[in-house]
Amino acid sequence: MEGLAYVGAGFGAGLAVIGAGLGIGNIAASATEGTARQPEAASDIRTTMIIAAALIEGVALFGEVICVLLALK
Amino acid sequence: MATAPAVPGEHSGEAEAETPGAVIMHHVMDSNEFAFEPFGAVELPRMSIPASVPLLGGLDISITKRVVMIWIVAVALVLIFSIVGSKYKAMGVRQAPSGMANTMEALVEFIRLDVAKANIGHGFEKHTPFLLTVFMFILFCNLFGLIPYGSTATGDINVTLTLSVFSFFVIQIASVRAHGVVGFLKHLTVGTHWALWIIMVPIEIIGLFTKPFALTVRLFANMAAGHIVILSLIFISFIIKSYVAAAVVSVPFATFIYLLEIFVAFLQAFIFTMLTSLFIGLATAHEGGHDEHDTAVAHH
Repeated sequence: MEGLAYVGAGFGAGLAVIGAGLGIGNIAASATEGTARQPEAASDIRTTMIIAAALIEGVALFGEVICVLLALK
Repeated sequence: MATAPAVPGEHSGEAEAETPGAVIMHHVMDSNEFAFEPFGAVELPRMSIPASVPLLGGLDISITKRVVMIWIVAVALVLIFSIVGSKYKAMGVRQAPSGMANTMEALVEFIRLDVAKANIGHGFEKHTPFLLTVFMFILFCNLFGLIPYGSTATGDINVTLTLSVFSFFVIQIASVRAHGVVGFLKHLTVGTHWALWIIMVPIEIIGLFTKPFALTVRLFANMAAGHIVILSLIFISFIIKSYVAAAVVSVPFATFIYLLEIFVAFLQAFIFTMLTSLFIGLATAHEGGHDEHDTAVAHH
């Protein structure tokens, strides 16, 4: 049964990365499109993009911390 | 804040701490000694409040590795900014700063204008000292943690929790100052019908606490995760016992992540400051017409 924690941790880490990757990828795609349409708004878009990416990354890191705890405890 | 009381001889399990997981955890955790691995270690004093003291009895107040790092960062910040400040005083009005003063001016101006002014708007000058202190402290903690033998103070959840508790009080006090106690309580109802208050008020109160909680975990997890990734990459070559893996995977990728960490150090300090000022701005914004006010500030 000990091994199940490792399986769970591995799956959890992978799923968290999938979610964060999709989210940040979407932000980057929209930001690139927005900048291409309106280059003068580039700096505003960049700031908003970084904040949103950090928020998503934060959620993904919550998941990763739980996975690390599962694997190491 | 509240850590487990120090158990005497807690670090005596050095012999069993040879698996990669244990070594990584040991590196990411706080410890009671400052290790300079091949050259020995400096034992730091352990102390705790006597059990006879009411309320705080038995609380561990040992000077740990992280505490020492915080002191080093504090001394470095005081030294750097007193030197830079005296340089500024000696400078003429039309003279441009050079060297370290120039670097610090770029950072200070960035926080003052692009972070504080852009997000808080009216009355941002009052909050600039707090935001600058938080930014510089987190940045220097992050960067000093990357120096070999150092330890990332911001990779400790106690440090980041304390920082975001400061942010929490600054945000709420700014909100009460801007709207008064009645206005602050009115904010919790979000202007809905009174029949909805039983749902809206608890949600809004929980919302007040999730913001600093998210700040805490984001900074802690980012800084701790970077160190875990670097160590894991190094341990790949030890686990599969191959020089080829060390040359091809471990060293180049660990170096790459290490350089990425320098960027992350700046980014996380920026994000923490940015979100704090964003929350201050949201808490102090006046209802109605704050939209055009925001855009007016952004175009300055």
